[in-house]
Amino acid sequence: MHIAEGFLPPAHAVAWGVASAPFVVHGARSLTREVREHPESTLLLGASGAFTFVLSALKLPSVTGSCSHPTGTGLGAILFRPPVMAVLGTITLLFQALLLAHGGLTTLGANVFSMAIVGPWAGYAVYRLLRRYDVPLMVAVFFAAFVADLSTYCVTSVQLALAFPDPGSGFLGALGKFGSIFAVTQIPLAVSEGLLTVLVMRLLVQSSKGELTRLGVLSADKQSRSETEAVTR
Amino acid sequence: MSRNTKINVLLLLVVVALAVLPLALGLGDHKEEPFTGADGEAETAITEIEPDYEPWFSPLYEPPSGEIESALFSLQAALGAGVLAYYFGLRRGRRQGEQRARERDSDGPAAGAAEESTAERA
Repeated sequence: MHIAEGFLPPAHAVAWGVASAPFVVHGARSLTREVREHPESTLLLGASGAFTFVLSALKLPSVTGSCSHPTGTGLGAILFRPPVMAVLGTITLLFQALLLAHGGLTTLGANVFSMAIVGPWAGYAVYRLLRRYDVPLMVAVFFAAFVADLSTYCVTSVQLALAFPDPGSGFLGALGKFGSIFAVTQIPLAVSEGLLTVLVMRLLVQSSKGELTRLGVLSADKQSRSETEAVTR
Repeated sequence: MSRNTKINVLLLLVVVALAVLPLALGLGDHKEEPFTGADGEAETAITEIEPDYEPWFSPLYEPPSGEIESALFSLQAALGAGVLAYYFGLRRGRRQGEQRARERDSDGPAAGAAEESTAERA
């Protein structure tokens, strides 16, 4: 989903930058508030950022015969809500733009918009919706991560189609072209990302019950039950 | 192996299978260069749509070779994996420490055994 440095016309680059900036600023404020009010969550915040770091470095082969990578933004969006991921995703993208020549500074706004804003929000929306209808936690986590991953690549396709409409078939033609490169390749990778996110969430449920209850991922009555267990033991 | 661990291993195996299958089935064989990055393919598609397009900005720093690039990618993955491992290691250590403290506080070995079975269930 990395649009390469200089590959968006200046007007588009600026527009996506302007669109992304408020989300990142707002995210930075929620992040500092979270750390100030709950210093104990710093470690889990770091772990969420680390998950994005690992997954976005993991280039995997796909059914289309090309390689792409997951984004890892679904986990943090579920745990800390999407604004925080706008910051953690931006940090990851900056690292890759500056050190790996992967993505770029002029296309940072567009890449942040797809990976650090739309992805987390879409994943979070799916998670909340499924949880409202009492879908089991791990199923909701899987689909949240799946959607966060896939929607990111769909946004990239739209961004490129807007910037480079096909001379013959226009925006839709170009969307089909970029979509077949990004979105189709991404489907099995989004499944992998969903499974890996479920794995990490399972480990978190085993290791960090209290933290997950405070963040609202596990319901409080389960926590009180386990507390009762601890008391009666 | 506990049921929990089995499920976790199974999840990992499915991810590995999803990554290996495209390679094993030779799904990249129809391409001149199999398994290139989708990002690069998008660049090619852009130049197909607009042959005159020239990138107007170039990266400030570019890894001088494929080796350096893969080193930096591994660094990124290693940093992330390190932090994740630290987190889970710390949690596990804390849990074990708390458990031992409780065992010391309680009188008989029966209480300790009860603790352990609860921990396994969790």
